[in-house]
Amino acid sequence: MEKFISHTGTAVPLRRSNVDTDQIIPAVYLKRVTKSGFEDGLFAAWRNDPEFVLNQPQYKDATILVAGADFGTGSSREHAVWALQNYGFKAVISSRFADIFRGNSLKGGLLTVILPQDVVEKIWGAIEVDPATPVTVDLEAKNVRLGSDIYPFELDDYTRWRLMEGLDDIGLTLKNIDEVTAYESKRPSYKPKTLPARS
Amino acid sequence: MSKTLAEKIWADHVVRSAEGEPDLVYIDLHLIHEVTSAQAFDGLRLAGRTVRRPDLTIATEDHNTPTLNIDQPIADPVSRLQVDTLRKNAAEFGVRIHSLGDAEQGIVHVVGPQLGITQPGMTIVCGDSHTSTHGAFGALAFGIGTSEVEHVLATQTLPLVRPKTMAINVDGVLPDGVTAKDVILAIIAKIGTGGGQGYVIEYRGSTIRNLSMEGRMTICNMSIEAGARAGLIAPDETTFEYVKSKPHAPQGEDWDAAVAYWKTLHTDEGAKFDTEIFLKAEELAPFVTWGTNPGQGLPLNASVPNPADIVDVEERGAAERALTYMGLEAGVPLKSIKVDTIFLGSCTNGRIEDLRAAAEIIKGKKKADSVRMLVVPGSARVRLQAEQEGLDKVFIDFGAEWRNAGCSMCLGMNPDQLAVGERSASTSNRNFEGRQGKGGRTHLVSPLVAAATAIRGTLSSPADL
Repeated sequence: MEKFISHTGTAVPLRRSNVDTDQIIPAVYLKRVTKSGFEDGLFAAWRNDPEFVLNQPQYKDATILVAGADFGTGSSREHAVWALQNYGFKAVISSRFADIFRGNSLKGGLLTVILPQDVVEKIWGAIEVDPATPVTVDLEAKNVRLGSDIYPFELDDYTRWRLMEGLDDIGLTLKNIDEVTAYESKRPSYKPKTLPARS
Repeated sequence: MSKTLAEKIWADHVVRSAEGEPDLVYIDLHLIHEVTSAQAFDGLRLAGRTVRRPDLTIATEDHNTPTLNIDQPIADPVSRLQVDTLRKNAAEFGVRIHSLGDAEQGIVHVVGPQLGITQPGMTIVCGDSHTSTHGAFGALAFGIGTSEVEHVLATQTLPLVRPKTMAINVDGVLPDGVTAKDVILAIIAKIGTGGGQGYVIEYRGSTIRNLSMEGRMTICNMSIEAGARAGLIAPDETTFEYVKSKPHAPQGEDWDAAVAYWKTLHTDEGAKFDTEIFLKAEELAPFVTWGTNPGQGLPLNASVPNPADIVDVEERGAAERALTYMGLEAGVPLKSIKVDTIFLGSCTNGRIEDLRAAAEIIKGKKKADSVRMLVVPGSARVRLQAEQEGLDKVFIDFGAEWRNAGCSMCLGMNPDQLAVGERSASTSNRNFEGRQGKGGRTHLVSPLVAAATAIRGTLSSPADL
């Protein structure tokens, strides 16, 4: 995974709440068996509308998505994260993310930043007035900066460290695999097994 | 110290706990399907890793499978490749798989319980958000993304931050015609789609206790629609009875040991939940959604709400957008809304009791000419059971289509989709824009309301017949 320390780019305002993962990428786009090429399905239904914010030329190169509350509700499809990343987004800002989407994003290196709704609205205002405003999402300093404004955000130290180092979660767990083996030796015999199959 | 049910299960599965790190939690069962696993198996191959516990892993095909002509190759080549990829991965990594045509194939959350591999006190995960269904057995069960699927395949564990706990208490006797589906729709309307974020919900109270296992599964299934990754119900005699007859139930001494453990799985007297919510069963009614998220629901006797009456600016905007998308006018009685498609199925309401309940309503009647009705059993086993009971004939005589098992129109990934502007009464779990097909409009309902609506052609409850 690529390290995430700090990212500066332009941002696009998505003034909608409850953007579910079916909106981020509809099911018909989930048939691929790779992790790439999902950008064509990103917000597929909305992108048919020329007025949709992602279709506006001033936001064409944006790398930060600033969305309404409860972003990423619904399905657990990690394709939603891949679609945002494949399109070019490095970070998403919202006042609230759905649990599974947030977990997926932080596993995959798409930084999801939680800021209060009034701050989200200030950022919306600023990037609507001047879409070229540079926005910095700084994981090291744990803040978002636009012009002279600095908005701190929280992220637990463990996740922050893992993202900044670009570490593979599985590799970290495998370092402690002896503890897994020890746990397994104590599991009760009544716990079900799928093999051999009974039916 | 007094503990909640969720805290007990969590404590029993912590492999490693270290300051400043998430807990490493052992996973007792990993369910797999074709849509969220291919990239995970690829990751294993790239890193030269194996599946640590194939004997705690099981795969089936459900999301992207057709419900017609299942004896022929899948027509869409991209879908066929996805299903073939799962089959190849299962063979390569030694994972048990139930493929199309197999009696145990079906929606992953219907298959686990019917095989008896879903049991109380377990941790269960799947790359599907409706894994919360298995919480009905008093298991801690939740959906995960593909990165986590790979993590579980490789290590049989997940690093997790302990969730907060919420109790939802439902007490009293449900009025006639009010089902588990109506209870959970009412709960989501009350707490909202984000109300459960960060929580595990425990459903409690006499109403919940009196539900069958299948009703409990319907409730837990939609926990994610309230934002909670998991929902659970303490196991009791109803649970034990259900598990006992299933193929993978513990045998002999193991059964006794298991039941002894399962009987400890309840929230202790005096244990504290972070949040508690109360509902009275007597106040509930058949429920239906009018909008584009599962929290936008009302009793069927109500009218389409007027966004102007909503104080919260954000919610008002969402309601306005929803009404535009749904093609509805404020103030119109919900019961006057005409639908053209009825979908009976899904991991929410595709089990045998759901089919029986709907069949009971429509028996000897004909569907409205203006509607089509799809009946999609949750699993091939459910379909066989229904056929033994003659339910297939009831549905076919009524004018419905009797399909093979799978997720089908719940998520509109296979050919079973709504066309632009079509409107469904659906027993599934999500009414998101385009969920059942691009431009399709969904009203979430119970199997009873679906059946009554199929007869009348407008949103109806059995009491309207």
